[in-house]
Amino acid sequence: MPFIPPPVDDVLAEVNGRFGPLESSLFRGQTRLIVPEARAFEVLEFLKEIGFDLLVDVSCVDYLEYRDPPMQCPSASGHRYGLVYLLAATATNQRLTIRVFVDDPDPTVASVVPLWKAANWLEREVWDLFGIRFTGHPDLRRLVMPEEFTAHPLRKDYPLQGRGERHNFPVITRDRS
Amino acid sequence: MAMKDPGLEGLPENVMVGKLDALANWCRKNSLWPMPFATACCGIELMATGASKHDLARFGAEVFRFSPRQCDLMIVAGRVVMKMLPVLQRIWQQMHEPKWCISMGACASTGGVFDTYAVVQGIDRFIPVDMYVPGCPPRPEQLIQAIIDLQDKIQREGTITGREFDTAGRQLRKRALVEIAAPLSIDASRNPVLQRELAAEADAFLARS
Repeated sequence: MPFIPPPVDDVLAEVNGRFGPLESSLFRGQTRLIVPEARAFEVLEFLKEIGFDLLVDVSCVDYLEYRDPPMQCPSASGHRYGLVYLLAATATNQRLTIRVFVDDPDPTVASVVPLWKAANWLEREVWDLFGIRFTGHPDLRRLVMPEEFTAHPLRKDYPLQGRGERHNFPVITRDRS
Repeated sequence: MAMKDPGLEGLPENVMVGKLDALANWCRKNSLWPMPFATACCGIELMATGASKHDLARFGAEVFRFSPRQCDLMIVAGRVVMKMLPVLQRIWQQMHEPKWCISMGACASTGGVFDTYAVVQGIDRFIPVDMYVPGCPPRPEQLIQAIIDLQDKIQREGTITGREFDTAGRQLRKRALVEIAAPLSIDASRNPVLQRELAAEADAFLARS
């Protein structure tokens, strides 16, 4: 049997009561809540206060040339980057997905490292691969790509085989080693 | 009974006479010390090759060491990503002469199925390779065959002074690069622009000295 988390209707009611109506949708028993970028930090802070104490993951999707509005949610359409915050409440076992959409140029969102220490490397990875800038992050360096790398390779407009970075090394021959 | 060389008069019957090069090669090829540069599933086959069932010790190459200073055969087993390549090059340069390199498997030799921005498309673009092993991953028998072939190569081409590796001025050029790069306290191998500048400076340094 797949794990079906308990419903989060009570949480959505609380959030909507506090921040006004936010769009949400349900897919295979999992609730997704779309939050405007400007209010992302306060909503996440509020969710932590009411019991979502575990940050499971921070990730991102590039919706460049995506045909349908993401998740069939009108408020999500037209945006390029969709951040994904997976939250869990360890006391009630509830799960909640937060989606925050940001756009070019300079896609930016507030860092949640002040709320969850676990966000540190997760946000560094998103910065590395998608180029989303997290304001307030204590140490926003690349995580997986080399320091001197200049692109953000998981963006859809970055070519799969790169821009020659993998060939850009000195050649060590027999007479130079 | 062959005719006795007059120069060997007085020596006992069990003395063998040969070229010094051949003798050195005979010692070297039967005592290879592999440096396992294992980054992926080929590394598992490499371990199997060294373990008791396939027993690389039968060919005198069982002493795997994890320090490049103690090794003379680098076995690159698995894909090498662009972040790993400077490490690979540095380890190769840290190994003592005479040294050889086996590129084990499709990924190390060509990048394999990983034709992406992060994966180096064959280590032979950036370091010298003596022997390639096909396979994904190769069976231990294939790696053993490569080591046997490498032994043949060492026996055929090797010299006691390592002339087969040598070309004019190679030691001098290496020293020149080190002397220029050291005061900058940066790793030039990771910066292509700096690398070009250093090469130009090294040439100038050589011209002066």
